[in-house]
Amino acid sequence: MMFAEIKQLLIDKFGADVIEGEETGGLQPALLIAPDSIVDVCLEVRNNPTTYFDFLSCLTGVDYGVEDGRFGVVYHLASMPYQLQLTLKISKAHNREEAEPVFKSITSVYRTADWHEREAYDLVGIFFEGHPDLRRILLPDDWEGYPLRKDYKTAEYYKGIKIDF
Amino acid sequence: MNTALDNYHQKIANASVEDMVLNMGPQHPSTHGVLRLELITDGEIVKEVIPHMGYLHRCFEKHAESLTYQQTIPFTDRLDYLASMNNSHAWVMGVERMLGIDKDIPKRVEYIRVLVCEMNRIASHLIAVGTYGIDIGAFTPFLWLFKDREHIMGMLEWASGSRMLYNYIWVGGLFYDLPVGFEERCREFIDYFKPKMVELNQLLTDNQIFISRTANVGVLPRDVAINYGCSGPMLRGSGLKWDLRRIDGYSVYPELDFEIPVGKGEMGTVGDCWDRYKVRIDEIAQSIKIMEQCLDRLQNELKRTADFDPRAKLPRKLTSKPQDYYVRCEGAKGELGFYFMHTDPRSEVPFRAKVRAPSFNNLSVLPEIAKGVMIADLIAIVGSIDFVLGEVDR
Repeated sequence: MMFAEIKQLLIDKFGADVIEGEETGGLQPALLIAPDSIVDVCLEVRNNPTTYFDFLSCLTGVDYGVEDGRFGVVYHLASMPYQLQLTLKISKAHNREEAEPVFKSITSVYRTADWHEREAYDLVGIFFEGHPDLRRILLPDDWEGYPLRKDYKTAEYYKGIKIDF
Repeated sequence: MNTALDNYHQKIANASVEDMVLNMGPQHPSTHGVLRLELITDGEIVKEVIPHMGYLHRCFEKHAESLTYQQTIPFTDRLDYLASMNNSHAWVMGVERMLGIDKDIPKRVEYIRVLVCEMNRIASHLIAVGTYGIDIGAFTPFLWLFKDREHIMGMLEWASGSRMLYNYIWVGGLFYDLPVGFEERCREFIDYFKPKMVELNQLLTDNQIFISRTANVGVLPRDVAINYGCSGPMLRGSGLKWDLRRIDGYSVYPELDFEIPVGKGEMGTVGDCWDRYKVRIDEIAQSIKIMEQCLDRLQNELKRTADFDPRAKLPRKLTSKPQDYYVRCEGAKGELGFYFMHTDPRSEVPFRAKVRAPSFNNLSVLPEIAKGVMIADLIAIVGSIDFVLGEVDR
């Protein structure tokens, strides 16, 4: 099943609003999905017998930079029976002075997403609504800030101890 | 906003009233690195496992955002430090495809890459099997296999100049050609190594104590494995023939003849610890087969010539057009992926780079399959996953 067919399948199922656009410039085309319908879309492409994307390869939280002011998540799905790959992207504008940007968690569809979303929360500062256990995973629980954000400043003190190197 | 942390603290506080909270690690030898497993136990039975990682976090992704693609290669070596060649191969392949030069790589370079990757895969599986034996209580295989692995380490040191962290595979070529006499030395090693595997099978694979400890323990059903993103020997141990060397057919793997071993449940259930162990043993044999084929090609039609320069195709500028690319390849532990996000056409630095580490995903299934097992079996399960903390924590 080709990329255009998958797109058409999603439009037929959920309506044209679910797809916000597509990126076909690079080596791997990507579908831009409306952030609120990501769980339904993932469930559909996983369960549909013509696509069967049963494997979540990678989940990446992205900070698109201070000027752009957007945060996003990129999903790389793989279909084992059909040997296909699909890239889904969601993003929304967010003022970084406020609390974390909120996206929907897809742990109910792919259990792999559990740790990947914890990592995205830990390093990029994206909150996943509906995640069963959204704690920091690589950094200590009391870490301040999100290191992979583009405006992250390295801390000078950690628990009152000066970091000088 | 973070109620999950409070819930976790509450769970530990409640658990210590009726059950016992037991810390395994971070300095426990059978956690294979600095992994801390917090166990909620009822007597000898594990009710819940809560893994804590991050002791080895080295900010790989942050570093990658400020270094060029070529400069990041030594950092990729430190992800899965038992199979460094495979990591740099994946990274380099991704960059080459983004630059559009992946078809111009000389065949000899490709064969050398596959040769060293397979040697490194054998070395990684030897560690996995050896330390698994020592987890279960078999001390001898550990010493034997480390001795054999040292031959591979020595050869790779001869080729690249360092023992474990090679920086040998470069974008567009190699650091150096293989040293003179390397192919012959490889042949010697293969002749020496083949009988050693027979000995290992007699000592460990068919050992009744080992089978009793591993068969029917930690059964990972196939659907659970897929849903948790397990790959590599974990997934193949559950009986699914899924090997990216075959599926994607990258590099020169389509020209090579090898089989994909899968778990068959010979000693117990499909997907138990013994199956995962056996898949690794069988993969070593297949890797030797690939090595032999590579050596045949390298010694005959792709012979070393005086004017051959492995750095001839090195691109001067690693400036890709703005695009995203996710590259995946079969590392020693499973599907190793790199996701590149390149936005600036004049820059050699990725906007965002993400590692999809196989060990990270394989480890995430542990709380699921370790529910309700004995503590001794938990050791067997942890050992059979074969993770490297350098890759989990990145």
